[in-house]
Amino acid sequence: MSIRERLSGNEAAAIAMKQINPDVVAAFPITPSTEIPQYFSTFVSNGTVDTEFVAVESEHSAMSACIGAEAAGGRAMTATSANGLSLMWEMLYIASSLRLPIVMSLVNRAVSGPLNIHCDHSDAMGVRDSGWIQIFSETNQEAYDNLIMAHKIAENKNVLLPLMVCQDGFITSHSIENIELIEDDKVKKFVGKYNPEHYLLNDKEPIAIGPLDLQAYLFEHKKQQADSMRNAKKVILEVAEKFEKMTGRKYGLFEEYKLEDSEIAIVCMNSTAGTAKATCDKLRENGIKAGVLKVRVFRPFPAEEIAKALSHLKAIAVLDRADSLNATGGALFEDITSGMFVNNIHVPTVNYIYGIGGRDTTVKDLEKVYNDLSEIVKTGDIKNPYRYLGVRGEN
Amino acid sequence: MKDLIEIRWHGRGGQGAKTASLLLADAAFNTGKYIQGFPEYGPERMGAPITAYNRIGNNPITVHSNIYEPDFVVVVDDTLLESVDVTAGLKEDGAIIINTTKDNEYLKSHLKNYKGNIYKIDARSISEQTLGRYFPNTPMLAAIVEVSEIMSKEDFLKDMVDSFKHKFAKKPEVIDGNMKALEMAWSQIIKVN
Repeated sequence: MSIRERLSGNEAAAIAMKQINPDVVAAFPITPSTEIPQYFSTFVSNGTVDTEFVAVESEHSAMSACIGAEAAGGRAMTATSANGLSLMWEMLYIASSLRLPIVMSLVNRAVSGPLNIHCDHSDAMGVRDSGWIQIFSETNQEAYDNLIMAHKIAENKNVLLPLMVCQDGFITSHSIENIELIEDDKVKKFVGKYNPEHYLLNDKEPIAIGPLDLQAYLFEHKKQQADSMRNAKKVILEVAEKFEKMTGRKYGLFEEYKLEDSEIAIVCMNSTAGTAKATCDKLRENGIKAGVLKVRVFRPFPAEEIAKALSHLKAIAVLDRADSLNATGGALFEDITSGMFVNNIHVPTVNYIYGIGGRDTTVKDLEKVYNDLSEIVKTGDIKNPYRYLGVRGEN
Repeated sequence: MKDLIEIRWHGRGGQGAKTASLLLADAAFNTGKYIQGFPEYGPERMGAPITAYNRIGNNPITVHSNIYEPDFVVVVDDTLLESVDVTAGLKEDGAIIINTTKDNEYLKSHLKNYKGNIYKIDARSISEQTLGRYFPNTPMLAAIVEVSEIMSKEDFLKDMVDSFKHKFAKKPEVIDGNMKALEMAWSQIIKVN
């Protein structure tokens, strides 16, 4: 029997970490993820976990300590947000290129500036090419479940890549909601013991990790990283299947909500997907065939699978909670549209930048998006493919 | 109770409106409901106006946005009536509960002729009589439970005893005071209109 609880997203993440009981957690506090290491350090003090908690002086050091711990052969975790992730940037690339399956809980927040502590996805989008697996979570439940699945994916020998589990700052991280927890012993069994094949503290196999890697080899190593990212898709699904057997909760690379018979759909990530589902239900009462495609796994990007799932639609809106400031569109929009183009699927698709800096996104806002899509279906005219949802001084 | 009830709390930083919304979520959770309890975070400082929210439903709740058309509003500090539009979007078949000793005419005129039910309660006096200090949370919680009918008073009392026992394990002397505050609140809610 699972445990019925009510927890905030941060509490859920901290409890997942407690149940995983990693060898090392190194973290530096930053809003809105601060509570995760805060709660976790309580578990350390109480002896609930036997993790070595390293209270570092910056996020750069947090990631460096995780890299050291993981390279030594341990299982390392951290949590951060926004500028904390920015400060880790250099080390994120080191972690992924050294093939160290570190797991991070990323509570999404706007990267400054000007200073803003609220949710958007600019932090995650800024590191989307760093070679980390990125999994997004609609709810506290998903933030928890994704962390429980994380090590099994990251540590798989066909993957060996670091992984970040994202959730929306404040919107889910600080909202108390219902959640089903898994019993400690089941989690322990599911996550399993970490047995790295190669590690620094193995005295039977002296190795160097991260030496100079020049023209003769870096190219091949990058290709191996790319192959592993591709392998990750299959492993993510295999782990999800095992997870479903344990909990009954089903996860894919993305979630389709009433998409099958939809004519128009919103594509988005994290908590807004829930608001979009509620919007769909409302519109369907009036006979509007609206659906949602929620991207769960953003890296590796399931381009072909998503393109196929969207192929029957008459119009699509991709919602980006971060702008790439490239004069063209957000990161998710570019990935979705290029995925469709490459797979020879052509559906009118528009991009909405929304929710920047924690701007609230309501059912009413999303109704407007669906109405715009209906208009595109009717007229066949996209007009402007790169829009701002609900920004003042426009519309 | 309707399938989904939405509540907005208005208070000032430090008065516990956020805590009250979380306690209400807790109590509703313990009676089997689906719940959301979340504050709207701004610049956090003592005395600044703050807003907190609850969604309480019989089915899973997927919406993740603030609440703009609440069924109920709870005002923990009546000085907010001068500066915050507390009835904004409040449904006319809903209600507002205010912690105040102001007269009915003042309240009506500051609520922009809100057509729904207006209730007032002197949470300060109740709190000071039962707890010896100003903690408006407990009486306001009792008031919203009564007015919103989210759960039966019996279920609520039982849950609060359990949660107070847990919360005040190290100072059990305040449990009785809190329970008295709940009962007294129920006897002292005044309907304004």
